Amino acid sequence: MSEQLKVPTMAQCMAEGRQPEILFWVGAAGSYDDRAKKITRAFVKILNMANVDFAVLGTEESSTGDVAKRAGNEFLFQMQAVTNIEVLNAYEVKRIVTACPHSFNTLKNEYPELGGHYQVQHHTEFINDLLKSGKLKIGNASQLKGNRITFHDPCYLGRGNNIYEAPRDLLKSLGVEVVEMKRNRQTALCCGAGGAQMFKEPEKGDKDINVLRTEDALETQSNIIATGCPYCNTMMTDGVKAKEKEDSVQVLDIAELIANSLD
Amino acid sequence: MNYLPNILFAILLIAGFGYFARNVRKLIRNIKLGQDVDVSDNKNIRWKNMARIALGQSKMVKRPVSGFLHVVVYVGFVIINIELLEIIIDGLTGTWRIFSYFQGFYGFLIGTFEILAALVFISVVVFWIRRNIIKIKRFWSSEMKGWPKNDANIILYFEMVLMSLFLIMNATDLHFQAMNSGNVISQFIAPWFNGLPETTIHLIERAAWWMHIIGILVFLNYLYFSKHLHILLAFPNTYFGKVKPKGQLNNLEAVTKEVKMMMDPNIDPFAAPAAGADAEMPAKFGASDVQDLSWVQLLNAYTCTECGRCTSECPANLTGKKLSPRKIMMDTRDRLEEVGKNIDANNGVFKDDGKQLLGDYISTEELWACTTCNACVEACPVSIDPLSIIIEMRRYLVMEQSAAPVELNNMMTNIENNGAPWPYNQMDRLNWKDE
Repeated sequence: MSEQLKVPTMAQCMAEGRQPEILFWVGAAGSYDDRAKKITRAFVKILNMANVDFAVLGTEESSTGDVAKRAGNEFLFQMQAVTNIEVLNAYEVKRIVTACPHSFNTLKNEYPELGGHYQVQHHTEFINDLLKSGKLKIGNASQLKGNRITFHDPCYLGRGNNIYEAPRDLLKSLGVEVVEMKRNRQTALCCGAGGAQMFKEPEKGDKDINVLRTEDALETQSNIIATGCPYCNTMMTDGVKAKEKEDSVQVLDIAELIANSLD
Repeated sequence: MNYLPNILFAILLIAGFGYFARNVRKLIRNIKLGQDVDVSDNKNIRWKNMARIALGQSKMVKRPVSGFLHVVVYVGFVIINIELLEIIIDGLTGTWRIFSYFQGFYGFLIGTFEILAALVFISVVVFWIRRNIIKIKRFWSSEMKGWPKNDANIILYFEMVLMSLFLIMNATDLHFQAMNSGNVISQFIAPWFNGLPETTIHLIERAAWWMHIIGILVFLNYLYFSKHLHILLAFPNTYFGKVKPKGQLNNLEAVTKEVKMMMDPNIDPFAAPAAGADAEMPAKFGASDVQDLSWVQLLNAYTCTECGRCTSECPANLTGKKLSPRKIMMDTRDRLEEVGKNIDANNGVFKDDGKQLLGDYISTEELWACTTCNACVEACPVSIDPLSIIIEMRRYLVMEQSAAPVELNNMMTNIENNGAPWPYNQMDRLNWKDE
């Protein structure tokens, strides 16, 4: 994607004396990880198409502290949280949308006690609302015709916050065949990245978790594995590679699937 | 008149309930060794959870086969225990089936009990087969060797014997059989005793009656030593279980105070602490032993019935890692029992035994294998939260001992330095916009 995106920052908006409706929380993965940056751009494309009045924090954004908290470093988490809350409150942020279920969970559930009260949405919920209100229209889903898609539930979206249907509704709106893995929704298997596992080697075992989860996905004979989390995306992509299926199976975020169907 | 049986019965009853009460007091004392935690919120939701999950068995039936069998045993046990009331009155006063006064209704009642007793018996036999013949994997994990395995089978044998005694006692009660009302199952057992002298049949009836009530009292007292405690604790445990979204971890208040102090420019770093302020500070961050956990977490440990649904859904365990959420709960209970016995032996004060939950029971390898995915929490039919214990122990490792794996230390250093888990330049955070 080389097209020009409109990405105002909160600082710019403030300088212009306006208050954007939505803050898009990009997250560390969405900002730095090469694969996740594509998801970020796809989501911004959707926001631009729907003329959403949003902004990002840009260089003022910092890790939510989710991964530090789950690694046991409550100090670091709360330092990050308090710092972020100061920034968010200074900009009088009311609504946040994020493409990362970990940021979503932390901002929504763990920040309020520390003074950060926002209405937080995962991007799949947000895009769903855009479609329902008619601000966004699926223009061209024909390129997806004939594909079988299976959705991998991110733990912090599904079990963590009971959001199972928003991503599935989006896939249905694309008019593609959606097939469930044997372990789905409440019993979905983790991709293996949560709880700070993303940043360390796994403990000794007989298999990697992402490979086991990829096997679940491949069993459905799907050629697209849809995700809603940058970490899941990495883990599933690696799993597909480990299974040497990268030529026939793609791992795509729902935002990418939607963004590709807008033209 | 000979009052000996009545007196004997009263003594039995007092001894049975007395010893049970003693152990319940011990149980409550042990649970209270945990840290205080406020669970006074969301009363409505909590009552609903208890009604739905414990009373209504809503999570049990997520696995239809074991769920259905469990509902049969559960309903059977609860309803058949109404009969206990009659047995107690009969035993104390020397009456014969006092409730039979309500003729037709009595027949209906006992008939129901008999059908349920037969169904419970069959279900328990199927449970035994699943465990010992089919050898379902979750019953054969490494933590299930020895006592946990025997405990499970002893419970099943207890139930088989109690149900058999109940039916035999009815079958050999000639007067009850003559009434021919309510003996739906026992009428088919009665012929086994045909041909025996009436006095022998009466003797068998009395023996079955006594063994039945003694069996119930023994079983009641067995609970404290067994995983079977869940039949009582499932109710408080589902009430006190987590009501917040599963993804939400608690924020440590003690840390919040420190962080606020660090961030407050108006605070005098050299100020003497206010009187009594020190007492508020926790002895340590996180948990290395059972006393550091909350009492709800300790209640969780006593409630665990070792069914292993958590472990069979755990991604780490499924891929051959050491972590088993069930073992986390079993270890917590074992250590808590050890601490309780230590207190008993030392006149009510815990004497340092050089052991703790961390290291002596739960290894760091297990703790670091967790993905915090909440599969175990979701799977638990009685709202146990093994993840919360894992997180408390990680907190101890990281904040008290700086003992995180090297890669995680790097990750945390990166967050401190540049606000991301990777060592990227903070000023590059928006570069994606133009790539």
